[in-house]
Amino acid sequence: MDWARTVSLVLATGIFAFIIWLVRERRLREKYAILWLSTSAFIILLTISRKALEVAALSIGIYYPPSLLFLVGVLFLMLVAIGHSVTLSRLSESNHNLAQEIALLRKQLEDERSAREAQCGGKK
Amino acid sequence: MRILAVIPAYNEAENVGAVIEDLRSFDCDVLVVNDGSTDETAAVARQHGAAVITHPFNLGIGGTVQTGIKYALERGYDAAIQFDGDGQHRADQISRIVGLVASGEADLAIGVRTVPGGYKMGVTRKMGSQLFQVVIRLLSGKVINDPTSGFRCYGKKALQLFSRCYSDDYPEVESIITAARNGLKVEQVPVLMRGRLSGNSSITRRKSAYYMMKVMLALVVDSMREREKILLGDA
Repeated sequence: MDWARTVSLVLATGIFAFIIWLVRERRLREKYAILWLSTSAFIILLTISRKALEVAALSIGIYYPPSLLFLVGVLFLMLVAIGHSVTLSRLSESNHNLAQEIALLRKQLEDERSAREAQCGGKK
Repeated sequence: MRILAVIPAYNEAENVGAVIEDLRSFDCDVLVVNDGSTDETAAVARQHGAAVITHPFNLGIGGTVQTGIKYALERGYDAAIQFDGDGQHRADQISRIVGLVASGEADLAIGVRTVPGGYKMGVTRKMGSQLFQVVIRLLSGKVINDPTSGFRCYGKKALQLFSRCYSDDYPEVESIITAARNGLKVEQVPVLMRGRLSGNSSITRRKSAYYMMKVMLALVVDSMREREKILLGDA
């Protein structure tokens, strides 16, 4: 096995293991780990078997097999990034609603407190 | 008819007192939604007898108005007025927008600036406003002469719709389309406005390009959306 493939294999395996470790430590949710794991699994597979890479590349008309690796990598990264934007939008929406809810609840609490104080004051 | 005046305020301590005093001439409750101001806005508003809701952090004009809308709905108001905290809206003009809602002619009434002697827009703003007018007419068939106006009255249906979906930034134009597309009656009425008492408009030239793009995208996407299901039974 040549140097480039060894490095690529080590890196991809390392990333795979790192993602698993993050999930194990509960620092990454399974939901978001799936895309990362499949990205690295795919790259590991294509690195191990030069044959598979060549067949896959040639069958879709790519004559320089390693560019299939880049293509797959870029596509997966794009999916991950879009996924993040979606998650971010959802989070900012719920953050927005939570902030409003807190503000409304605090107002209600203040109102009830002052109503109670007024009532107690009246009794004295 | 119980009416709530909602004043969205971000660092308007200098103006908000005068605005609340101005509103006394109209028979309504006053709510100041303090959008995480760093000055004395909330204290000044309380001193002048307004109810105050404070956001834990800055949400932007859309979120601020929407908090007022949610409050109005929660407390069973029949209508809410959006009234700027910077003093450019006039309490003596409120009856015009409220009138449209009270008579049932409109669910969303927009007070549009009348030109004679009054309001001067910059060139970019005027162009933007005109472009919005055309798009609104295309998408909803409505002619609204001043779609960016924040002087509005929301009837019960509008409160219900906007408590669920109201854009965070630059919501004025988008809300017209959302309302019209969901079968609400949107009407305009000419009103007089003042120049600002102090401070600057929130829309700077640098931001206006983003403003145009954001609103245009929102309008186009909105026209592809399904209607919101408003449950009028809850009212």
